[in-house]
Amino acid sequence: MRLKRPTIPYIIWMAVFTVIPIVLILLYSFTDRTGSFSFEPLVKAVGYTNVFLNSIWIAFISTVICLVLSYPLAYFMSRLKRSTQNLITMLIMIPMWMNFLLRIYAWVTLLQNNGPIDTMLSLLGIHTQLIGNQGAVIVGMVYEYLPFMVLPLYTVMSKIDYQLIEASEDLGANMFVTMRKVVIPLSVPGIISGVTMVFVPSASTFLVAQYLGGTNDIMIGDVIDKIFWSDRNTGSAIALILMVAILFFLIILNFFGDEEAIAT
Amino acid sequence: MKKLWKIYTAIILFFMYMPIIVLIFFSFNDGKTTVWKGFTLRWYTDLFKDKMIINALWNTLLIAVLASVIATILGTAAAIGINNFTGKKRVLIQNASNLPILSPDVVTGVSLMLMFTIAGVAFHFQMGFWTVLLAHISFCVPYVVLSVIPRLRHMDYSAYEAALDLGCNQWQAFRKVVIHELMPGIFTGFLLSFTYSLDDFVITYFTRGSSFQTLPIQIYTMTHQRISPKVNALSALLFAAIVVIMVLINIKDRRAEKRQGVRD
Repeated sequence: MRLKRPTIPYIIWMAVFTVIPIVLILLYSFTDRTGSFSFEPLVKAVGYTNVFLNSIWIAFISTVICLVLSYPLAYFMSRLKRSTQNLITMLIMIPMWMNFLLRIYAWVTLLQNNGPIDTMLSLLGIHTQLIGNQGAVIVGMVYEYLPFMVLPLYTVMSKIDYQLIEASEDLGANMFVTMRKVVIPLSVPGIISGVTMVFVPSASTFLVAQYLGGTNDIMIGDVIDKIFWSDRNTGSAIALILMVAILFFLIILNFFGDEEAIAT
Repeated sequence: MKKLWKIYTAIILFFMYMPIIVLIFFSFNDGKTTVWKGFTLRWYTDLFKDKMIINALWNTLLIAVLASVIATILGTAAAIGINNFTGKKRVLIQNASNLPILSPDVVTGVSLMLMFTIAGVAFHFQMGFWTVLLAHISFCVPYVVLSVIPRLRHMDYSAYEAALDLGCNQWQAFRKVVIHELMPGIFTGFLLSFTYSLDDFVITYFTRGSSFQTLPIQIYTMTHQRISPKVNALSALLFAAIVVIMVLINIKDRRAEKRQGVRD
């Protein structure tokens, strides 16, 4: 029964559908249109540094907002009755199952000029442009990825032994000290997986900015989409940089996670 | 304090459901804008008359069924094999397997597109149904592997040997003991694959060629830079389907829990 053979089809599959495509991206990143070795695509890709920074900035803000909104919610959920916990988990998962384009489109409907929110604000005498700016992109992003922050946080917190919290309170810690010294350190694995699950897709997403942002709010995913159809080399180079950056980010985050695990 | 928590949870849930409710509300609006013009069901009848959408729906279901079944078989076999590898080889295979989960969808999408276009020129084919199916299988297998491996770790091999001793041939023992033990993991992997495939936009977008349509692609064509009430109707129907499925799953879980309770 100690067979290794069943893995062979998958190894071949990975070679064809994971390794070859990545090798091709690498190859295209280091060649010009004629196919000879060149740094031109990478140099051109560096020209999009602003877009890269903008994407990271938007992803960072969205991740922080998701974390701040989710943390108290996850903590509260973990203190409820079992049946209520299951109900709220279900309520949080349902919107996640809607296609992401529909969820973004819902915000286009809400925020558009003369849309429901705009009309309401006009009645109060407030006239602002709600759509087509960075704020709208961040709202869309937070909406899109909030469940991916709540669920891992909740999973970790529901495993925290409540007696530890009680002990901390008995020993005279107030709520904030208990939070800082007991709950937060114990929930680090949840924070790490939540941050990963929100930051990585939001930094690399495309279309959200096209739907909700203005002309200046282009993100790196959109650039790859736009460029790839006409200039594969530069497109590959940008994709390569994005992939390396994300893997680097994951390694750093994992490193923090291990450190924490050793410390406790 | 408790009340404050409840209000907070309510606000978050409001934030998550309000956009969807607004979409559903406007799906009954007899007008193309977000100004209420009276009740109608015409967007729903339009939706069912739209051959493109019905066709896209079938394509989506067909791809999802095929991709998840093939990915489940491939992934389960791979997991059984991977479990028998040790040391560096095992780490290498598992990391290679996780790569599509870790790397951004846009990158996976463009890298597969790059390979398919090059292969298409070499072997005279165009991107369409088959390339989308291959791409979907590729991003589904890792989830199957990840859900099956933990079950394998907890499996007791002596049960398999006992089955052999008791007169099963290898295939019978494998089917009745190993597959039976792994079933929950296999099922989770299948469900994950099925839902990811149903929902995928980004990778399909890059590998579909020029004419193959799935529902998410159709949603994209309908919503990109314009408002379309038919999409509202579609969202309402999808939302209703999701709620029904989630409630059914919840009821089933609860019954299983109760039965468990009786047995204990």
